[in-house]
Amino acid sequence: MTKIVFENVHKKFHNNFRVLNGVSLKVADKEVHVILGRSGCGKSVLLKCLLGILQVDSGDILVDGLSVKKKEQHRDYIRKFSILFQGNALFDSMTIRGNVEFGLQQINRNKSECRSIAEEKLLAVGLDRRIFDLYPAEISGGMQKRAALARAIAIEPEVLLFDEPTSGLDPITSGVICHLLRDTVTKLQITCLTITHDLKVAEFLSDHSSILNDGAIIWTGKTKEMKRCGDEFVENFYRASHSILEVSA
Amino acid sequence: MLGFFDQNTLLLMIALPLLLLVVSHIFNGVAVCSTMTNLVASVGVYTLSALQGIGKITFFAASGIKSCFAPPFYFRSTINQIIVIGFYSLPIVGLTALFAGMVLAMQMHVGFTRFNAEGSIASVVVISMTRELGPVFAGLMVAGRMSSSIAAELGSMRVSEQIDALVTLHVDPLKFLVAPRIVAGVLTLPLLVFVADVIGVLGGMIVSTTLLNFSVGSYVVQTISNLELMDVLSGLAKAAAFGFSIACFGCYHGFNSELGARGVGESATTAVVSSCICILGLNYLLTAVFFGI
Ligand SMILES: Nc1ncnc2c1ncn2[C@@H]1O[C@H](COP(=O)(O)OP(=O)(O)OP(=O)(O)O)[C@@H](O)[C@H]1O
Ligand SMILES: [Mg+2]
Repeated sequence: MTKIVFENVHKKFHNNFRVLNGVSLKVADKEVHVILGRSGCGKSVLLKCLLGILQVDSGDILVDGLSVKKKEQHRDYIRKFSILFQGNALFDSMTIRGNVEFGLQQINRNKSECRSIAEEKLLAVGLDRRIFDLYPAEISGGMQKRAALARAIAIEPEVLLFDEPTSGLDPITSGVICHLLRDTVTKLQITCLTITHDLKVAEFLSDHSSILNDGAIIWTGKTKEMKRCGDEFVENFYRASHSILEVSA
Repeated sequence: MLGFFDQNTLLLMIALPLLLLVVSHIFNGVAVCSTMTNLVASVGVYTLSALQGIGKITFFAASGIKSCFAPPFYFRSTINQIIVIGFYSLPIVGLTALFAGMVLAMQMHVGFTRFNAEGSIASVVVISMTRELGPVFAGLMVAGRMSSSIAAELGSMRVSEQIDALVTLHVDPLKFLVAPRIVAGVLTLPLLVFVADVIGVLGGMIVSTTLLNFSVGSYVVQTISNLELMDVLSGLAKAAAFGFSIACFGCYHGFNSELGARGVGESATTAVVSSCICILGLNYLLTAVFFGI
């Protein structure tokens, strides 16, 4: 069954800069899908269009048949998602615990329940109790990532979105976070759409991926087959990811 | 009220940009006048973008007002804002009012001795404070302090995707961020102005009794006897309008902040400048409305 459908999505900004130029893609239910692309190719813009934070100029995005464009369905639509932002986007006026509880309070009014679920999720992503009452600015990037993940999974979404989950992290922390993300998705059995420029992350998280280039999805398939898919850009992207020196500009 | 936007003004507002557009088109073909064309065209562009800005902020303000009356209400956040906007502004507003009252008494003394009217100092101080100086000084001080800080806070939330994160957590940013600030602005500014009025009168009294040979009793009697309720109420109503505009401009510029640290800085500056101008403009408009001049 198809969960998410991008239908010929176009998006440009005021400066007439076309970022998305006809993106079409289908993601199946419970599929873990990765969209790869170079920095600045519009991956984050695509996710924001999916969430309705940015409005698409033309085309449509459907999730379980609900359109992102229908204002009256927006509440049901947005409820399906949870996202781990590129910069974590933790609320800096709230503690770590407060961040997770805040998300929960919007769907679940019971205070003590919110508190216990928040603690459970924070422990599940491997955070220590000592940091629960610290503010986001007081903890490291890796810990912030974990806290943001806890906030994202606490509201039990149907679709989990990861925007560059390893950006700004050292290789070891990246590895740890990737394991955490994969375990979380496997355990929850939900649809997951990840966007990244890092092929290693893509290979680790999923065996299905797509490539976004020049505002459109130019290739979709098994991540393993990327090496010999016939498209010059895709093969170049693959080679560059495995050895920086082999790339031909 | 409609008198201020009478037909002529409206016509002028519509006709001026159109005229500029037509003039710039007429001049377009004439190479000699290219500098002139550029000038006229840029005036046209500027006028249109200014009108567009006014439209956008009006729409934002209307959505902000609407969000104040629709649940869910974020009481804790509103109380926080009341403390930040109102309580923490008390010292600076109080100090400004104190000096304003003191200077006013001194200047009035100098002026009034020229035509032997020293006895009216107390009345003039209290009327000036309640009608004009209290609301305007408090409004400007709070605008300087708060609209920049609101714009910077919301701007950095915009930049670090926290506002987007609110949307994904099913929270309406207008209700969570804008409504509490508007409510706090509208409620606290009148209170601040009331305190400013009292402190300003006290300032005038300190100067008059210590330097100008007034007795406390006669100063107080004079202050009260010539004061009308409308003097105070009009000032408080102005204050509520100023509080609204401070919150609105701060939130609007924060929400529409350009990305990056520079964008946030610029939006903070623009918020202060525009809310100060709005306060001065509103002050004139409301004075005209209240006192029908
Ligand atoms: N609000 C905006 N206004 C104007 N242009 C924008 C805006 N947001 C994004 N862009 C432009 O869209 C392009 C794509 O941005 P986006 O953030 O989606 O890149 P990305 O693929 O996520 O890159 P990265 O891997 O670095 O995160 C950029 O060139 C950017 O300049
Ligand atoms: Mg991005």
